[in-house]
Amino acid sequence: MIHDQANYERDGENVREPLLSEKGEETVDVRDESPLPDDLTREELTLPNPSEPEIARHYTRLSQMNWAIDSGPYPLGSCTMKYNPKFTEDVAADPNAAVHPDRSARSAQGILELQYRLQDVLAEIGGMDAVTLQPPAGAAGELTGILVAKAYHEHHGNDRSEVVIPASAHGTNFATAATAGYDVVELPSGEDGRVDVEALEAAVGDDTAALMLTNPNTVGLFERDITEIAEVVHDAGGLLYYDGANLNALLGRGRPGDMGFDVMHYNVHKTFATPHGGGGPGAGPVGVVDELAPFLPTPRVREADERSGYERFEPARTIGKVHGFAGNWLVLVKAYAYVARLGDEGLSDAAAKAVLNANYLAERIELDVPFGPFHHEFAATAGERDAADVAKRMLDFGVHPPTTKWPEMVPEAMLTEPTEIEGQSSLDNLAEAFNCAYADTDEALGSAPNRTAAARIDQVGAARNPRLSWQALDGE
Amino acid sequence: MSRANGTPYAPHTDEETAAMLAAIGVDDEEALFDIPDAVAFDDNLGIEPRTEREIRDECARILNRNDDLTEFLGRGHYGHYVPSVVDHLADRAEFLTSYTQYQPEASQGFLQALFEYQSMLVELTGLDVANCSMYDAATALGEAATLADRLRSTSGDVVLVPEQLREGKRAVLENYCAGAELTVEEYPTADGTADVDALAERAGDDVVMVYAENPTVRGCIEERLDAVGDVAAETDALFVLGSDVVALSVLESPAAVGADVVVGEAGALGLPTAYGMGLGIFACRDDFLRQVPGRLVGASEERAPPEAARDGGGDAADARGTRAYTLTLQTREQHIRKERATSNICTNQAWVALRAAIHAATLGPSGLVGLANDCVREAEALATRIDELSGAAAPVHDRHHFREFAVRVDQPAAAVAGDLETEGFAVHAIDDHLLQVCVTDLNAGRTDGLVAAFEEVL
Repeated sequence: MIHDQANYERDGENVREPLLSEKGEETVDVRDESPLPDDLTREELTLPNPSEPEIARHYTRLSQMNWAIDSGPYPLGSCTMKYNPKFTEDVAADPNAAVHPDRSARSAQGILELQYRLQDVLAEIGGMDAVTLQPPAGAAGELTGILVAKAYHEHHGNDRSEVVIPASAHGTNFATAATAGYDVVELPSGEDGRVDVEALEAAVGDDTAALMLTNPNTVGLFERDITEIAEVVHDAGGLLYYDGANLNALLGRGRPGDMGFDVMHYNVHKTFATPHGGGGPGAGPVGVVDELAPFLPTPRVREADERSGYERFEPARTIGKVHGFAGNWLVLVKAYAYVARLGDEGLSDAAAKAVLNANYLAERIELDVPFGPFHHEFAATAGERDAADVAKRMLDFGVHPPTTKWPEMVPEAMLTEPTEIEGQSSLDNLAEAFNCAYADTDEALGSAPNRTAAARIDQVGAARNPRLSWQALDGE
Repeated sequence: MSRANGTPYAPHTDEETAAMLAAIGVDDEEALFDIPDAVAFDDNLGIEPRTEREIRDECARILNRNDDLTEFLGRGHYGHYVPSVVDHLADRAEFLTSYTQYQPEASQGFLQALFEYQSMLVELTGLDVANCSMYDAATALGEAATLADRLRSTSGDVVLVPEQLREGKRAVLENYCAGAELTVEEYPTADGTADVDALAERAGDDVVMVYAENPTVRGCIEERLDAVGDVAAETDALFVLGSDVVALSVLESPAAVGADVVVGEAGALGLPTAYGMGLGIFACRDDFLRQVPGRLVGASEERAPPEAARDGGGDAADARGTRAYTLTLQTREQHIRKERATSNICTNQAWVALRAAIHAATLGPSGLVGLANDCVREAEALATRIDELSGAAAPVHDRHHFREFAVRVDQPAAAVAGDLETEGFAVHAIDDHLLQVCVTDLNAGRTDGLVAAFEEVL
C-alpha cells in the first residue's frame, strides 16, 4: 500500500496551508481595556484571530501533512515507535487524573495510589529497589540518574570527575554527563560491536563515577559480557547506569538490576507505548538500587498506615527536584494502563515479537547488515549510497524510513526497529521499500520524496539563514 | 488462523510466526535471544493482564479516591478552561502518534504548527527567538542559567533570584547550576516584589544572571521591572524574566523592560491542571541563537528537483521555492555536539506546544487579553471580599495582582487550609499565618462558596 500525504495543488502549483497569521490578524490596544495602570501593561498585542471552523480546518489539514504510527510503519531505530492503544487515552482523560500538584496528600489519595502502583510495577520490571516518576523525559531521567550517582559519591566523600560512555551511545548520554558537570571518557567499540572489556579496564579508574550503557546496545547487540563489565566498573568504585532506550527487547526476559546495573531510566513513551506526540511529552522514571534510594528527587510516595493510605515523603539525602512539580503525569497514567493490559505474558511476548521482527527484516533486506544476532533493532549500511537519500526514497514507497547516519560505527547507517506491531506482510513491504530504494537510480534518489506534503527541503539553507517565526518572514 | 500472542498489539498468527522463524533459520523465538543464562530472567513479574474494561474501571476507581475539591491553587501551575476544540484537534492520531520531525518532508503539519507556536511566543515576549521544547518553567529557568554561564563564563558564577520563589523551582535551578558550577543567591523582595535598591547593591561583576518574575510567586505585578533590567545591564548580567503565556498578553512587554531571556509556563494554555505537567517557555534575543537549548523550527524552501537544476533552473532554492519547514540549527544539539551541546534536551512537549497554540488561536488576541484582564479583576474582587471577613486580611501586599494573592489569617494557616479542605476548597498554606488563593476563569464561579467557607472556618 502506498501512502500519499495531503499535498494541495491549484493550477499545477503547490498551495500549502497558509500560516495562521496569513489568514488574518487582529491588533488589540491592551491599555484601552486593562484594569491596570498603563505603565504596567504592554501597548498592544497582535495575533491571528481565526474563527473556530477555520481553526478546525487549519489543524486538520496540518494533521494530514504529517506522518504518524497510525498512518503506517515508523521503524526509527532507538525510538521504539509502536502502536499506541486508544483506551489508554481515555484512562488518562479522567478529570480525577488532572488535579493540581499542590493538593494535600489526604485529598489526592487516588493520584498517590496510582503513582505508588506504577513505581512498584516499574521497579519489578527493571529489577530495581526504588523508583521516582518525576523526570519529564528520557534525557531528564538520564540527568536525574547521574545527579543521584553524583550525590551518592559525594556523600561517601568520593569526588569523582569522569563518566565513561561507549562511542555508539546516544548523544544525550554525553550531553547529560556534561550537564551534570562530568568529563566524558569515550569508549571505542570492540570489533564485534560490543564493549571491549580490556578497553573498559583501561578506561576506568579512581575518577570514574559511572559507566552509561545501553543494553542491548544501539546496533541491537546484547552485551554478553555484562557481568564482567559490571565487575570492572564496581571494582573501580564506579556505578553502572542503564539507558532504558532499548528495554523493549528485554521485557520479562532480562532485568537491568539482575545484570548489575545500579541506576536506570525508563523511556515509558517508548517501551510502554505512550504516544510520542510529535516529540513529547514523554516521561523518564528512574529506578535505583537500595543504596541510591536516599538520593532520589523529592517527593516520593509510600504506603502509610491503613487509615491514611499513601503519603509523600522526602528521601533522606534527596538531590531536590528535577521538575517544577511532579513530571509528565498523564503520560505515566497511560504507561500504567499499558503495562496492566499486557501483564507478564504480554510484556514478554512484546519483546519476543520485536526481536523476531528485527531479525526477520534484517534477513529480508538486500543491504549489508553487519554484526548480529539482533535484539529489537539493527543497523544496515547503505554502503556506497547516501543513507539520507535512500531514506527519502523510501518515503515514496509508503513507509517511514529508519534513523539514518547513526550510530557512526556503521557507515551510512540505517538503524531500523520495526517493533512488535508489524506483521509479516508489513515487514515484507518494508523490506521491499528498502530494497527498491537502495537499488534505485541516483536521479530517483536525488529527487525523492514525491508522495509527501513537501518535496526535498533545503535544510542547509534553513540553518544558514534562520527564519524562526512568521515575524521573520515579513517583508519577504 | 489464530493469534496466540501474549500481547494484543502484535498481529502475528502462529503460521506467520512459524514462517518467519523458518526464514531466519531458527526453531523458536527463544533462539533469537542472546542473553547469557546468568542474567536471563526466568521468573514471574507478578503482573496480571487485565482487559481494557477492567483497567478503565480499576483506574477510574483508584483516581476517584481523590477528594472532590474546588481548587483555588496556583503558584506556578494554573487551571484555565480548555476549549473542546483543543482536545479534538490535538488528539488527531496524525499529531498524537507521530514522532520528532526527522523527515521534514513527511512532517510538514507538525513543523508548521510548531513554527506558529514559536511565532506566538515571539509576539508575546517581544523577543526574536522562541523554542518549542522545554519541559516546564522550572527546567527552562535552569536552562537559562546554563545559557548565562556559556555567554558570560569569564565574568562570574552567581545567579541572583528573588527570595520569594517557589521552592520547587529553586530546587530545580540548583540542580542545573551545580553542573555548571554556578551558585544561586537570593536578593530581597519588598512587599511582594523585587527590592530593586537592595538588588542594585548586591549586583556586581560576579553575577552572571538576574532573575525576576512578573507576576511574582505571590501574584504581585512588578512595578519596577525596567529598573531590574537596568541593574542587570549595568553589570553585564543576563536579565531573565519569568512569566506565563496568559500574563504576557497584557503585562509590560519583556523586551520593553530589557529582558534578554523569557522563561515560564506556556502550558497555562492548552493543558488541564494535569498534576503539574507543563510546557516551558524559552525565548531570547537573536544574538544568543546558536546557544539556545532545545528544538527550533525554521522556514526553508523546497529544493529544485535535480532535472530543473540541470536544465538551467538556476539557484536550487529559487527554482521551486515553495515554503516549507524543518528542524534547524541542529549543530547546537546533543546528537552532533554531544558533550558540547547547549543542553541534553532533545525533543519534548511538542504536543503540549501544539495544544497551547490551538488554545491561543481559539481565543485570539481579544480573547487572550480578556482572559488576562479577568485574572486581574477576579483576584482583586476576591481579595476585597476576603478582607471584609474578620480574622483575615487580603491582599497582604499592597500591589496589583494577577490571578493570586496572599491572605493573612489570625489562626495558623495550615489549620485554616485543612478546615477549608473539609468544606470542599483547596488553597495554599504558605507560611505560619499566610494563605495563598488563586482565581481564574475556571473557579471564578465558585468564589461565593469559598468566601462562605472562609467565614465558616475563621
